[in-house]
Amino acid sequence: MMRLGLRMLFGDHAKYGMLVSGIVFATILITQGAALFLGIMSWMCSTIRNVRAEIWVADPRVEMVADQKPLRETDADRVLSVEGVKWAAPLYTGLQTVKMDDGSSKQVTLIGLDATTLAGAPPRMVEGTLEALRLPDGVIIDEYAVDDLGKALGRPLAIGDVFELNDHRAVVVGICKAYRSFTGGAYLFTTYDRALGFVPAQRKMTSFVLAGVNTGESPAAVARRIEAATGLRAFTEREFMESTIRWYVANTGIVYNVGTIILIGFIVGTVVSGQTFYSFVLENTRNLAAFKAMGASNQSLCGVLVIQSVTVGLVGFGIGQGIVALLGRMLLALEKVPFLIVWQIPAGVLLAITGICILAAFLGIIRVARLEAALVFRA
Amino acid sequence: MNPDSIVPDVLPAVLLTGIEKSFGTGSSITRALRHTDFEARRGEMLFLVGPSGCGKTTLLSILAGTLRPDAGEVVVYGHDLHAASESERTAFRTRHLGFIFQQFNLIPSLSIVENVSVPLVIQGKKRREAEGRAADALDRVGLGDRLHERPGKLSGGQQQRVAIARALVHDPPLIVCDEPTSALDRENGRRVMEILRDAADERGRTVIIVTHDPRIYSYADRMAEMEDGRISRLLDSPAAIATAHPDT
Repeated sequence: MMRLGLRMLFGDHAKYGMLVSGIVFATILITQGAALFLGIMSWMCSTIRNVRAEIWVADPRVEMVADQKPLRETDADRVLSVEGVKWAAPLYTGLQTVKMDDGSSKQVTLIGLDATTLAGAPPRMVEGTLEALRLPDGVIIDEYAVDDLGKALGRPLAIGDVFELNDHRAVVVGICKAYRSFTGGAYLFTTYDRALGFVPAQRKMTSFVLAGVNTGESPAAVARRIEAATGLRAFTEREFMESTIRWYVANTGIVYNVGTIILIGFIVGTVVSGQTFYSFVLENTRNLAAFKAMGASNQSLCGVLVIQSVTVGLVGFGIGQGIVALLGRMLLALEKVPFLIVWQIPAGVLLAITGICILAAFLGIIRVARLEAALVFRA
Repeated sequence: MNPDSIVPDVLPAVLLTGIEKSFGTGSSITRALRHTDFEARRGEMLFLVGPSGCGKTTLLSILAGTLRPDAGEVVVYGHDLHAASESERTAFRTRHLGFIFQQFNLIPSLSIVENVSVPLVIQGKKRREAEGRAADALDRVGLGDRLHERPGKLSGGQQQRVAIARALVHDPPLIVCDEPTSALDRENGRRVMEILRDAADERGRTVIIVTHDPRIYSYADRMAEMEDGRISRLLDSPAAIATAHPDT
């Protein structure tokens, strides 16, 4: 019976196409919206992901990574004195302007690392070594800067190239991999002291204090101890990412915009698939009544509807996910569009699609349950 | 109720007594059947005729177990369908009834062998067995060489033969037909009736046909004429039918 139900479904090419395309649309819209949202959120957190540290210490009023209320340099020593802290180092981070030989300028995110420990250094070098940062005027640039800053030279930027950073000479000594920032600019890594030389002087210059914990210590527990001992705010890496994302969700309209895309996807899927499936059932009312007259039970007919609906859902979901995957590959290759898929997104979309299919099947089931077998004899 | 229970051959195939059936409520109520009695014998081809709205289709639906009467007794092959539950009536139809509809009711997206196998699939038979028996049934109605074609590629007469094959494939003792020839030309109508005649003669099946088509009256063993929700006249032999309807 189930096989015949599926043959009925596949045999009606137009309806089947409409049903599947409704689910494909819904899948693409919901998945794309969620991937866009996560991509943006990951870009928001790119400084945290590029500067890996177990604990980030900040001014008590700081809620997110781009919100800078500088600390005193001595705060690093105060953090180091807290029980369980293995090391503590100051970090500078801020948006600065690079000026190229042709007079063009680009905004970059400058990261100043403790010269002794190089704590928070990029984990993946493409060319050169981290230690080269200690060379005079040395900066490590990310791969994006190779092309972006290289536009002015008419070729990719390479080790040994020189540019101006706030009227100071900077020499490329290495190239690293880094996550893209939301501002669209490249990441430049240098030592903490040199970073302070690149930027205009202020009374307090330390953006954050990075800290590591002793073996066996919980970063969260040590963070709470730092807060208690110094009065500063301490985040584990995960806490800082979550706090940053919470801030953007609460203080920007992004969640509403992306939420609207996802909602539209759900509505489009439900309306197109639900309505098409219902009309498919309506058109087959006489045949279903004939099945009933010939002895098919309500249960088996409802089973047929559920199988048809779930099949449409799975096929549409699969095609939709395939299209999103291809789209994602293209977007990621461009490196200019935020896009991030984690397994929870397809799982959540599958749940949403299942909901749409159940709703669509439910409309048909109501119809079938009320169907009189005697209908088949009426003209 | 056991659908496989053995019933003595002397009992009528279908026995309806004092059937009442109304549709609608209040002032818009329509009495479709008014204390109607009806009987069909085993192995006979019985026609139900009468003007539109006289209650033929309602009576057919009730004796087929697809509609429950408001009052009266419905005994088909020894089974009391009025007292039976919905699932018991469904199980009864699965084994004991074959249906032929005016509009054929073939599924356009299924091949004709799949269409014919539907009653067996409903009974839970395996696909191979169901389609094997469906192919045999189609062979018997002269369509054994077109098993995998879609109904849309067949003429009206051929589609009705497919519907007959579907009605016979599970070898039911009772066939109910609703206007089986009304959509067919004379030649195709004649062919369909000959197949139904054979089905009644060879296996002792009871065939009850609702029709408006006087061209096929000569195939009937008996004829029940209906008017205003009642059997108004029973023509008890082919000779009586020929006398009452000399132009057919």
